[in-house]
Amino acid sequence: MAPITRMAAFGRGAIPTSAGLRVGLGRVVSVLFTLLGLLALTFFIGRLLPADPVLAVTGPEVTKATYDRVYLELGLDRSVWQQFLGYIGGVLQGDLGRSTTTGQPVMQDLMRAFPATLELSLAAAIVGSAVGIPLGIAAAVNRGSWIDHIARIIGLAGYSIPIFWMGLMGLFLFYAKLHWVGPSGRVDIFYEGMVPPVTGMMMVDAAIAGDWTVFRSAFAHLILPASVLGYYSTAYISRMTRSFMLEQMTQEYVIAARAKGLSRSAVIWRHAFKNIRVQLLTVVALVFGGLLDGTVLIETVFGWPGVGQYLTRGLQFNDINVVMSTVLMIGVLFLTINVVSDWLYRRLDPRTR
Amino acid sequence: MSVCDTTTPKRPRWRAWLETDTPQSVRQASLQETWRKVLYFRSQPLGMIGLALLLLLLFVVVFAPLLATHNPIAQDLDARLLPPSAQYWLGTDHLGRDVYSRIVYGARTTLRIAVLVAIIVAPLGLVIGATAGYLGGIVDEILMRITDVFLAFPGLILALGFAAALGPGVDNAIIAIALTAWPPIARLARAEALTIRQADYIAAVRLQGASAARIIVRHVMPVCLPSVTVRVTLNMAGVILTAAGLGFLGLGAQPPWPEWGAMVAVGRQFMFDYPWVVAAPGLAIAAISLAFNLLGDALRDTLDPRIG
Repeated sequence: MAPITRMAAFGRGAIPTSAGLRVGLGRVVSVLFTLLGLLALTFFIGRLLPADPVLAVTGPEVTKATYDRVYLELGLDRSVWQQFLGYIGGVLQGDLGRSTTTGQPVMQDLMRAFPATLELSLAAAIVGSAVGIPLGIAAAVNRGSWIDHIARIIGLAGYSIPIFWMGLMGLFLFYAKLHWVGPSGRVDIFYEGMVPPVTGMMMVDAAIAGDWTVFRSAFAHLILPASVLGYYSTAYISRMTRSFMLEQMTQEYVIAARAKGLSRSAVIWRHAFKNIRVQLLTVVALVFGGLLDGTVLIETVFGWPGVGQYLTRGLQFNDINVVMSTVLMIGVLFLTINVVSDWLYRRLDPRTR
Repeated sequence: MSVCDTTTPKRPRWRAWLETDTPQSVRQASLQETWRKVLYFRSQPLGMIGLALLLLLLFVVVFAPLLATHNPIAQDLDARLLPPSAQYWLGTDHLGRDVYSRIVYGARTTLRIAVLVAIIVAPLGLVIGATAGYLGGIVDEILMRITDVFLAFPGLILALGFAAALGPGVDNAIIAIALTAWPPIARLARAEALTIRQADYIAAVRLQGASAARIIVRHVMPVCLPSVTVRVTLNMAGVILTAAGLGFLGLGAQPPWPEWGAMVAVGRQFMFDYPWVVAAPGLAIAAISLAFNLLGDALRDTLDPRIG
């Protein structure tokens, strides 16, 4: 929420104009409405789940009296609207209920799982940008050449190959056959719990503790899932970079700069690239949103103890609170990423003012 | 002598009729326009490859009983995890079932999901988008807010939630995917409707007394149809990947019936020693979503009036 209110207040210089304020307010209202919609959808999914919420708390062996007591305690005798309001109230206070499989509050579980997902997504975004941006630029500048075709094939494959399958094939090739990377999990089993968790991101924690053996092990485990996830961001980033670049290369200022005698690389990097930086930043921000989808499958394939694996475990055991809350959390994250990248674009690109 | 005959083949009359510079009727002219698009589409090799792959899929689906060499669900525990051979073309899985025959029958599941999702999603998105765009105002506001809510989840996550809520099974997976796949279509149809609501011919129909419903159905929706068709085709690749993802997580077709995503999931534990159990169904998924991507790209290039 913070970015929105700040945008409303400072979006057009220090003093907000009334029009600017109205636009900002409208945006806040629309985001709030979407959040309410997210809550309604997850509540609806929770109601539909084929699990008895009372039995989920008490376990299958239960007397009639206990069942009725828990039934009342959970407020299941109230109307749907009251239950929905109760749900919203709980979420606003950070109370997402308990997981029936882990026995812990879902909020606590999610907080523990999130750094693992963040570490994986960050690594994937780094891989995706480091490969995708240069590839897209090279493809645009050498339009129709072999590198352009390679970029196109990478893109097509990224939009066609199921990510979980690529993960499995990667494990088969790079772990089972070549022994280049580690197996499933975040570190080798005997390093588990050797570095104190500070950020929850294994590599960062290992670096803080100065334990380079654990660091290497964590890297060996991270590199494959991050590369597979990153491959899919590469497909998207390189395609967007290519089209942004192509748009710039046909502009008159590029021709003028070339006519003035500037070298090709100077025109590409100092002029054209400079103009697409902001667009690229928002693309990379949006990539994080796209990664959320892939991370559910990749975490399942690689036994990565993040939010995605937590969700699929919850699905397997019909754990209502886990499914509802994780879907909600991912929705909120996705929405936040969209709002922030939109805001970044408006803030950083002078042409949108 | 006979050499002259082969060098100048006669053009059939229907082609001459389609390619003449002086069409005699409106019908002929519009058929000529369609013909030009067909020719343009045919000139795109990648699009033709996509089309060929999809026709192959259709062929496999129709003739599955003839193409399959074994019963796809018959177990033969003496023939567990056999490598590809003359008898088992793609080897056997952990229950001794023939992987090739399972892939052949799995094609039926995949095509069923793709077709049914398209049948649900295209009209749904078209009606919502065209209505919102044409009527504007409060209706537009409400419909688009609802669309935004559905777009605020990554596709697979929402489909997972719905599929879990509805219970595992192919039909529920189809409903779950359709529920998540309509918003982009609605957005697109709305954008198209917005551009034509001010058109003179719409105003003319309105002045003749046509109701809003009639204008939307008879005059707005047909204009949105080409771009919606392309978009649905392009999104089919995503639909197939989502369906495979759901199957992989155990929320699609239920065993023993073959589904490609589920086949990958089951083969996982045997993958390191028996890779064919996983490799083959994954390649099948990739081939079909690639086909939809290629076809969709070519269709877009063909139908986009800015290029054609």
